[in-house]
Amino acid sequence: MSAHSVNWFRFASPASFPPLARALVPWFAIPSALLAAAGLYLGLIVAPADAQQGEVYRIIFIHVAAAWMSMFIYMVMAFWSAVSLMFNARLAAMMAQALAPTGALFTFIALWTGSLWGKPAWGTYWAWDARMTSELILLFLYFGYLALRNAIADARRADRACSVLVLVGVVNIPVIYFSVQWWNTLHQGATVSLTAAPRMAAIMLTAMLLMTLAAWLYTIAISLVRVQAIVLERERSVSWTGPAEASQ
Amino acid sequence: MSEAALHPPAIDDSAWRGVSWALARDLRLALRSKSELAVQLLFYVIVVTLFPLGIGPEPGLLRTLGPGALWVAALLASLLALPRLFASDFADGTLEQIALSPHPLPALVLGKILAHWLATGAPLVVLSPLLGMQFGLEGEETKLVVIGLVLGTPTLSLLGAIGAALTLGVRGGGALLALLILPLYVPVLIFGAGAVDTLRGGIAPTGELSMLTAALLAAIVGAPFACAAAVRIALD
Amino acid sequence: MSLGDFFAMGGKAFYVWGAYGVTALLIIVEVLAVSARVRNARGAAESGGGSR
Repeated sequence: MSAHSVNWFRFASPASFPPLARALVPWFAIPSALLAAAGLYLGLIVAPADAQQGEVYRIIFIHVAAAWMSMFIYMVMAFWSAVSLMFNARLAAMMAQALAPTGALFTFIALWTGSLWGKPAWGTYWAWDARMTSELILLFLYFGYLALRNAIADARRADRACSVLVLVGVVNIPVIYFSVQWWNTLHQGATVSLTAAPRMAAIMLTAMLLMTLAAWLYTIAISLVRVQAIVLERERSVSWTGPAEASQ
Repeated sequence: MSEAALHPPAIDDSAWRGVSWALARDLRLALRSKSELAVQLLFYVIVVTLFPLGIGPEPGLLRTLGPGALWVAALLASLLALPRLFASDFADGTLEQIALSPHPLPALVLGKILAHWLATGAPLVVLSPLLGMQFGLEGEETKLVVIGLVLGTPTLSLLGAIGAALTLGVRGGGALLALLILPLYVPVLIFGAGAVDTLRGGIAPTGELSMLTAALLAAIVGAPFACAAAVRIALD
Repeated sequence: MSLGDFFAMGGKAFYVWGAYGVTALLIIVEVLAVSARVRNARGAAESGGGSR
């Protein structure tokens, strides 16, 4: 701290970040939409029906993208949380906060689509197979993060508490997944994994890849928008209560 | 402490002293409120009793259900007891004093968790053979449940402590704590209850017990640090 | 595939379109909600007077 007055906004975020984020959004949003259109075209129209599952396998194009993103987003949240704790970087914590709702959304979509695929393909909406059960627990982890974030009034404490929570979660995810697998085989549960894809023609793989990439770019775009809102909301609440609130 | 000035303690020395100090203190405090502990134990008993009431008294079904029910009840009882780990110290400012002490905070936290387990987890384990009889469990199966709980309940206390520290003074405490911690409890539950199923399948449950042991060791090593970090966050 | 076949999805229209439909709906809701949120935040920042 030197003699000149401190622009305390710099502690919250580089003042230039929201405009930067805003400028970046179209670079992710538009390619995402294009890739999604291409993926949907390939998946719904061009790809042939599957020999065993007929048309209903087409759900896979969303299910796999969503499941993949649900895991990946949590990893990215963990990364930003680690950065925020190590360098006391608030913007990193805000990125994690911005990603969480989208992560939860994709997790829900994975569960929803998996369930709707399971019924016609394997006869039941919910089969307690390892992957879906782990996905369900992941949804609880996301909800826990959002709930903790919501419950703690002070933004700085919430940042740090949620960062610890995500890191504890990310360490436990492999353990949880492994234990659920064990549990599943122990009880001779559904031997069919609900994400066991039909034998993939190249065109199906391409469609899946396109949808996954589209989801990834969408996530970046929507998070960049959400983080702008978060930064602005925090700046506003600080400006109401005055500089003293922002003192670290 | 002049002792510390004369002989700056080695890190291990200070850590061990921290653990034993916190352990002794918290045990002393816990023994002062024996009725509170008794109530928590009763909670465990009641929850266990709910399962047969909900599912019916058919012996075969109860036998199948027994280990799972005992474990789930143990999880819930552990959750119920967790807030007392930090809440009263937090409320009257003692926690802040504890954090300022020369002993490493993770060591102090470990001592507190150990005391907490001895006061709330261990009695639960002692009671489970008796409760197991409600489900027709006996002999090897009961032994396995007890061993599993001995390994598992400290892990639950260690993991739960992180959640308790994160939610200190936060509104919606109890339910929020459950939401945060129960996913982390799942592996302990799976291996603990699963061990009995493996035994029933005619295989020695060494795999499950190894997993429980590994989880306990990992928790002993990792949880105090995560928990101490969470305590500091709550205190700032 | 004819348009009719496309919508029928081999008789499993409920499942396929239930999956795609809800997904599309949720994404749209998310986009709208986040857009509204950032618009509000920008509006409040300008009028409420963050000191910049």
